[in-house]
Amino acid sequence: MAIKGTEIVKRLPEGGKKNCKECGLPTCFAFAMKLASGGIAVEKCPYISPEVSRELEDALAPPIRPVTIGRGACALVVGDETVLYRHEKTFVHQPGIGVLIADDELGEVVEDKIRKLRELHFSWVGKTLRADLLALQYKSGDPAKYGAMVKKALTAADCPLMLICEDTDTLLNAHALCEGRKPVLYPVTAQNLEKVISAVKQNPAVVAVKGAGVESLVHLTSRLKEAGIEDVLLDPGSKDLQSAVRDQTLIRRAALKQGFRALGYPTVAFPCFMTADKRREMLLAAMFIPKYAAVIVLSDIDEHTLLPLLVQRLNIYTDPRIPMAMEEKVYPINNPNAGSPVLITTNWALTYFIVASEVEASKVPAWLCVKESGGLGVLTAWAAGKFSGDNIAPFIRKCGVEGMVNHRRLVIPGKVARIRNELSEALPDWQIIVGPGDANEIPAYLPALVKSWKG
Amino acid sequence: MQYKAPLETYTGRLKEVTIGSGRKAVRIGGQNILPLHYFEGAAANRCVVALEVDDNGAAGWAGHVAGPFRDVVNDPLKWAKRCMEMGADLVCLHLEGTDPQGSNKPAAEAAALVKEITGGLDAPLVVYGCGDDKKDIEVLTAVAEACKGDNLLIGPVVKENYEAIARAVAENGHCIIAQTPIDINLEKELNVKLLKQLPPEKIVIDPLSSALGYGMEYSFTIMERSRQVGVVYGDMAMQMPIIADLGRECWKINQARADAEQGMLWESITAISLLLAGADILVLRHPDNCRLLKEAIEGKL
Repeated sequence: MAIKGTEIVKRLPEGGKKNCKECGLPTCFAFAMKLASGGIAVEKCPYISPEVSRELEDALAPPIRPVTIGRGACALVVGDETVLYRHEKTFVHQPGIGVLIADDELGEVVEDKIRKLRELHFSWVGKTLRADLLALQYKSGDPAKYGAMVKKALTAADCPLMLICEDTDTLLNAHALCEGRKPVLYPVTAQNLEKVISAVKQNPAVVAVKGAGVESLVHLTSRLKEAGIEDVLLDPGSKDLQSAVRDQTLIRRAALKQGFRALGYPTVAFPCFMTADKRREMLLAAMFIPKYAAVIVLSDIDEHTLLPLLVQRLNIYTDPRIPMAMEEKVYPINNPNAGSPVLITTNWALTYFIVASEVEASKVPAWLCVKESGGLGVLTAWAAGKFSGDNIAPFIRKCGVEGMVNHRRLVIPGKVARIRNELSEALPDWQIIVGPGDANEIPAYLPALVKSWKG
Repeated sequence: MQYKAPLETYTGRLKEVTIGSGRKAVRIGGQNILPLHYFEGAAANRCVVALEVDDNGAAGWAGHVAGPFRDVVNDPLKWAKRCMEMGADLVCLHLEGTDPQGSNKPAAEAAALVKEITGGLDAPLVVYGCGDDKKDIEVLTAVAEACKGDNLLIGPVVKENYEAIARAVAENGHCIIAQTPIDINLEKELNVKLLKQLPPEKIVIDPLSSALGYGMEYSFTIMERSRQVGVVYGDMAMQMPIIADLGRECWKINQARADAEQGMLWESITAISLLLAGADILVLRHPDNCRLLKEAIEGKL
């Protein structure tokens, strides 16, 4: 729960009236305000008592703790979310997608899964989408075999790792192998909690606690915190889709609305253990993406099943306050040539998708010029002065389309028919053609247009 | 630290809309909880799943989604019956063939087809016009008149054509689909206008369903917000159930057409997202996804 500057100032030395300036600020009140906004550290005050300092740090910490798994460039940061619904602000850290590998799987299966995790990637609206971590499961009953698989994964990939092992000694041996890699240890329960605590104090790791229901997690995380361990993930052990919606919602609400610290950690979900059917597994994973999971482990990935899930993750975690924008350039559709028509539109991703898919459906090869317009649709971009004759003309000159085609005919959206004259003046060598007002008319419009040129 | 489950209750309740009549009616809406929040209260009705049928022989459908209906796509009644055999709760007929830019079938022909289907089908029917707002006035008015008393769910009506269609829908005892372009303010505005012609129990909202990767997040958020405004804040003009007509949006994109399994997931992931956002009717194309989503809705997944 956020604490206000006016609350903080009362806890400062002499009730906030000391005003020693040693923190670098003119008054205790200024220091308190800066603390509340996260602009300064508590220890900058040399006179604050240790109890108050701990209390304030606790009160000022984010309601859902950010947790880093792994190290270096591949490290995965999850948590630090501040809302229940993306429209309230935005979701911040996309959930990590993990691939499960059991140590009783065939060597070539193991290698194939590691390869897929490393290599499978997709481009989508200028972003690269990929899965994030390997989840290594002890299943063979042979600790040596598990250790060998962990070693193999450590050398083969630099990605974050999760160690899944119910045998405490085997888990901690594997953990020792991962020194410096900060893996996730799972499952941590009342049975192995103390042993895990002493191991993690030696060698940092993320502790993924497992309970039966939300409430059962509280004493586990409280004990971890007491031991100074706060890199924690929560698994309430939900068995099916609807109890998962319940558990994830209750955890998120407890953290954000009640300021309940013991549940203020990111969650981990295992669709791979909830069903043996691939489509059901993917549907469960797709539920966990909007419903708050921070790490989602799948039994396997491949090109065709991974893409839709990663696109959903991108969609849900897109900041709703910033429109998705396309790169300003000329997009070829249906393999156009020098005689193909040239169309222009704005760079809001949705506008682009709709226009591009209708042009595609028309089967007419065409060049679609996408002009930077602040990620706005056609009419709003025009109203904002970002899609008018005087700024479209220079774009047409520099975007390269003049070298791509042997004609000078430009189709503009029917919604901005009014810019035709100003654009004709700015581009005297181009014929400006007013296209349809609605993208769904394109499949009928384009073939007729091309035919009229030929006739 | 003592844990107390942060359960919430809400003052707003969705309107209950009945589609179809007699034995074959289905009810949607009526709940005063957020989507799938069965831990906070019982839902009067859960989301239902419709399968899509068109009057155009599945023209433009990818082979892997038309497959289960290959032998019946030229007979919309048989096709509709097949949908029900395959587990749908109701059928959604798209009158694609009436599109002036396509086969431009006359309104009377469309109305006769709808009458034939309602007569032969033991399930409620949703009827979508082609989306041309002028042609839809003709077609949907004729459908409403021909099927008087069948209590169809008819649409879409948009701000340009709602008056004439709503009149025919009201006079002939049907329900209406109010469609707005992914904008919560326009959505409310159209609802308010329609409420002058129809009671809220006869209106279903269609805020437009975009496919995954093609604007799905906008549909998701509009539905989620609509549901919050209706249930949490109790806004009476926003308490109508929501229809998510998403199957056709998903199956028309390249990623779904190119690969069967990818297409299946494109549709099912869009569907589960919009279910979680607040849809009360999911319109799908593939029967396997219909079964899967029903498992999720019924708590069997």
